[in-house]
Amino acid sequence: MPRLVSHPDEVKIVTSRFGKGAAKIDTYLELGGYASARKALAEGAEWIINEMKASGLRGRGGAGFPTGMKWSFVPKQSAKPKYVLVNGDESEPGTCKDHLIFLHDPHAVIEGTIIAGLAIGAKMGFIYLRGEYRYLIQIVERAVAEAYERGFLGKSIFGSETEFEVIVQTGAGAYEVGEESALMESLEGKRGVPRIKPPFPAVVGLYGGPTVINNAETIATVPHALAMGGAAYAAVGSERNGGTRLFGLSGHIERPGVYELPMGYSLRKMIYEVGGGVRGGRKLKAVVPGGSSTPVLLPEEIDIGMDFDQVGKAGSMLGSGGVVVIDDQTCMVEFALRTIKFYQHESCGWCIPCREGTDWLKKSLTRFHAGFGTEKDIDNIQYIAENMMGRTFCPLGDAAAMPTLGFVKKFRKEFEEHLHGKPCPYAHHPEVELV
Amino acid sequence: MSAEAMTLFSPELAARLDALVERYPARRSALIPMLLYAQDEVGYLSDAVIDEVARRIGITPLDVRNVATYYSMLRFQPAGKFNVQVCTNISCMLRGGYKIFDRFQERLGIGHKGVTADGLFSLEEVECIGACCWAPAIQVNYDFHDELTEEQVDAILAQYRSQNAGGR
Repeated sequence: MPRLVSHPDEVKIVTSRFGKGAAKIDTYLELGGYASARKALAEGAEWIINEMKASGLRGRGGAGFPTGMKWSFVPKQSAKPKYVLVNGDESEPGTCKDHLIFLHDPHAVIEGTIIAGLAIGAKMGFIYLRGEYRYLIQIVERAVAEAYERGFLGKSIFGSETEFEVIVQTGAGAYEVGEESALMESLEGKRGVPRIKPPFPAVVGLYGGPTVINNAETIATVPHALAMGGAAYAAVGSERNGGTRLFGLSGHIERPGVYELPMGYSLRKMIYEVGGGVRGGRKLKAVVPGGSSTPVLLPEEIDIGMDFDQVGKAGSMLGSGGVVVIDDQTCMVEFALRTIKFYQHESCGWCIPCREGTDWLKKSLTRFHAGFGTEKDIDNIQYIAENMMGRTFCPLGDAAAMPTLGFVKKFRKEFEEHLHGKPCPYAHHPEVELV
Repeated sequence: MSAEAMTLFSPELAARLDALVERYPARRSALIPMLLYAQDEVGYLSDAVIDEVARRIGITPLDVRNVATYYSMLRFQPAGKFNVQVCTNISCMLRGGYKIFDRFQERLGIGHKGVTADGLFSLEEVECIGACCWAPAIQVNYDFHDELTEEQVDAILAQYRSQNAGGR
């Protein structure tokens, strides 16, 4: 069972029921569960969307799109059925927050799904979890069965005239399926390759119907934001970044774990106070602030508030909130190689710049790290990455290129130290396998 | 239904798959869960499994293969009874994921995607399994083992060996 952590600076909203047995519906109800769904049902779609707009909640998957606005884009009238699709295909390296949500508070995801359905006028919602999360899928399926037994799901939810069904879906191993259009393809029983946009899912989504796709953390936040009131939830966070975020501290950190902190919380404090500093009292070398696809930050760049806008201004992204801390004994070329090896493995192959680019980057970095790099390689790595940016259907190409550019630009000296037949100065795992 | 199809899946799995195809707006949405659940029982996606799943969905076996080859958890040869999946992605790597992987390689005498001669264990280096804050982490089949040290590797293997001896 993954360890839960705690820190006095935390503001426990989404995590407020963690460790309290809320996966059981009776406990969830005792802790105030399903009150927001009942209220949403009574108040109606316009109220829900207005409250969500007031909450300042932005997509927790990584893009940070305002949730209320996303829901408002779904057309009121539609010839085809509308759907809610919850993205629990959590696969971004450094990210394990949804893991805890499904484990400790699955009913919050179900309740949020119902509310999203009420907001857009959908009668069916899907909760898609990555296949590796089998034990969590079983927990969510049990919770869904409980909600059906109580009449919170089904033909007449909470005794009303409104119908809402929820289906829990398993993936089978694919990072790319976390991209929203690939997620829809996968749910339709196809290879998880992206669709071209427009049309956007809000207009043409699952089975051709208007679809709202939200990250599991976003959806689990919705009942809390409504319970607090949109404005009160927004006030917890920073400007234009409502509420809290589940930050996952991992890597060379003294106290790794998932911490719920207000949006805009200082990255320096997150590392040195909440996380207890770099493991073993070592020096900080770098931080990946929001999952493996976000460009690396240097120790002198961590005096920023962790929200979408401030991290963006610092030249990186808040992403999935997975903060990976790297100490001074780490080889950044090896780190860059391991990062690109992942993207090369996960590229679905649909778009050539991504398929070929990730492969060339992996080959170049593997050779480079083994000590067979040339001066020209460094510029070539940068050139390949720059030419992948913005040239693919989905953001996976960017997700591979952005961190690579960051590593080369910020750690060029370390790349140069690997040149001319020199072995890796850190000699950690010099023969990272070519799989 | 062919006699082969009757014996391919247990009655429980067959009933589960029957229910699966009916629950979606389109039958095909059942494809990926069906393949995974069938693999859980049969061990891998044999030709017979692929044909049967294709029949149940109403698409060609080629179409099933085209989809199945995309997903990294789906396999076309048997794995070990206990499939050890070691994450070496960044958060695990920083906390010794490769050392854990090396120890398993050494103890089991197999490499990436290898299967032991007795068929009990297989080994895979896998991408992020969503346990970054409890790194280094592995999965044995669907069970997570978090915050591992190299020293714990023997105990984990012993645990599954005794589970096997106990017939569970």
